[in-house]
Amino acid sequence: MYDYTEFDAAFVAERNRQFRQQVERRLSGALTEDEFKPLRLMNGLYLQLHAYMLRVAIPYGTLNSRQMRQLAYLALRWDKGYGHFTTRQNIQYNWPKLRDVPDMLDALAEVGMHAIQTSGNTIRNVTADHFAGAAADEIADPRPVAELIRQWSTDHPEFQFLPRKFKIAVTGAAADRAVTRAHDIGLQIVRRDGQTGYRVIVGGGLGRTPMIGKVLNDFVTQDDLLPYLEAVVSVWNLLGRRDNKYKSRIKITVHEHGIDDIRARVEDRFNLIRPTFTGVDLALFEQIKSAFAPPAFRTDSTAVFDTSYRTDPIFRSWADTNLAAHRAPGYAIVQISLKAHGATPGDATAEQMRVMADLAERYGHDELRISHEQNVILPHVHKSDLPTVHAALKKHGLATANIGLISDIIACPGMDYCALATARSIPIAQDIARRFDDLKLEHEIGELKIKISGCINACGHHHVGHIGILGLDRAGVENYQITLGGDHTETASLGDRTGPGFSADEILPAIERIVRTYLDYRDSPDETFLQTYRRIGMEPFKTALYDNAGANAYAAQ
Amino acid sequence: MPRDFTPKVVTANALIEGDVVYLTRDDQWTRHMSEAELITDEAESQLRLLMAQAQTETVVGVYLAEAKAGANGPEPVHFREAFRRTGPSNYRHGKQAELTDV
Ligand code: SF4
Repeated sequence: MYDYTEFDAAFVAERNRQFRQQVERRLSGALTEDEFKPLRLMNGLYLQLHAYMLRVAIPYGTLNSRQMRQLAYLALRWDKGYGHFTTRQNIQYNWPKLRDVPDMLDALAEVGMHAIQTSGNTIRNVTADHFAGAAADEIADPRPVAELIRQWSTDHPEFQFLPRKFKIAVTGAAADRAVTRAHDIGLQIVRRDGQTGYRVIVGGGLGRTPMIGKVLNDFVTQDDLLPYLEAVVSVWNLLGRRDNKYKSRIKITVHEHGIDDIRARVEDRFNLIRPTFTGVDLALFEQIKSAFAPPAFRTDSTAVFDTSYRTDPIFRSWADTNLAAHRAPGYAIVQISLKAHGATPGDATAEQMRVMADLAERYGHDELRISHEQNVILPHVHKSDLPTVHAALKKHGLATANIGLISDIIACPGMDYCALATARSIPIAQDIARRFDDLKLEHEIGELKIKISGCINACGHHHVGHIGILGLDRAGVENYQITLGGDHTETASLGDRTGPGFSADEILPAIERIVRTYLDYRDSPDETFLQTYRRIGMEPFKTALYDNAGANAYAAQ
Repeated sequence: MPRDFTPKVVTANALIEGDVVYLTRDDQWTRHMSEAELITDEAESQLRLLMAQAQTETVVGVYLAEAKAGANGPEPVHFREAFRRTGPSNYRHGKQAELTDV
């Protein structure tokens, strides 16, 4: 695992010292809020609806047990005993007090963590495939390059006042689990003629004007990667609209200028700056790579696993749903659901964090990952340890077998916490999860991703949900718009709006009608919701949603 | 005829704790919306807002929120203000856990 260098540690310590003084000056009245606000945002501290909120970066979603325990400690010591994992692989604390935040940041620095560049018009936390380093289908681990980008972008003098925030995601596999096509830059590691390089996708993004990213370059070599990325960001830095924040993201720049024009400009800029990259970045990359060397996988019998799988139906259901294929023989990737039916998606109590940290330390080569789907991953567990791991998870409400199913919902904090929200998200997610659990239908329904945002900013990725839900304020009442057919993977697409929205009371029955329509129309249990939607289109769902006869038929069932 | 003015309360977040506060008639900040001053005159509301905004050592994010008179004092009009007055709906945290009159 990558450890901070002395330089990193000194940089974070210095920033924390500065912030402590800034907080003191704010509390003494020497700084006004207007002066202080940009400073606190630079350190990840927001003011939300009921309290401050501290957003802590988890670079490329990777944690060790010590870091996870420290996150638990922060939750207990300075918050209300829990934390919220977000779609950008961050953790948010919802209740810190201003005067405690410098202590929280110092505690994070003890384990090499911080809240720098989790806000503001900078390059944000670089995210990656949560199966990085473990997935069977991976070409290369995306984390070394994510770390390289993190170091390059952190405090980069040219990129501290960008037109707007800038988000980068990396995947090392063809299967896109990092939503790269909805990022300002998405990188996909590819192989060509025996050489490893990067496909650069640019201009994706959700929010007010959702766009699927376009391929800017099919193959950039490792040697050229940083200068190429620097060229992209600096072309946008000059061209990006600073007059209108709704038009400032690179997706709009690409849209207005066209991908070919942007490509030409990037080439020009790249040729100019390429000579200034002397290879230091490559030496650094090699160094970083060695820090991400895979753990020493053991060879062992999987007989214990096989027996439990055969004899324990609860274990089998969990194994079928929550495990993913690992590249090492005898190993599995464990996905821990933070979506117990009726719980808040992405929330973990301090106790749960400690349990997961202990399991990672004892059975998981000391590694944990946070997924953009707001779950926790133990990337390397030997199958013979799975029955023990499952039993421990079960004891702490962490063994819900619902990964990828209808109750594994992404939901942003919405109006329960977020100052920008136009409606709540969390209670809608809770209702849907409870309802389909009661119906005992979710395994029958199969893969179905519901994603909910509490406003147009789309932190809950609703545009790329198979079913997307967007909460709005219609004349002082919460109203929920539905989209169907979104896809966040390598076959990315934006969902289509069904029509008028639904009130908070109507949204659950509406979702149920959509799901029942799918069950009626699918040609076999193997055809997923998304496949069925792509085959039959919107009409049957519209009829079920808005045609009274259709609605009543289901209401009567 | 003066045009219709929806009554307002002055609200903000406390500087240190970050929690929701309301301005009272006697220029104090209270955690209880019911104790807030319900301002029914537009010019007066602007004056009260300016006065509150000057208190940067106590509060942040001062604004006027629509309110209506209730049996026990001002009540929220919009659901956002109802949540601010109470706390989140997924846990009994925030004001609903600390106060008795909401
Ligand atoms: S989508 Fe809107 S409501 Fe949800 S977290 Fe983002 S800004 Fe807040």
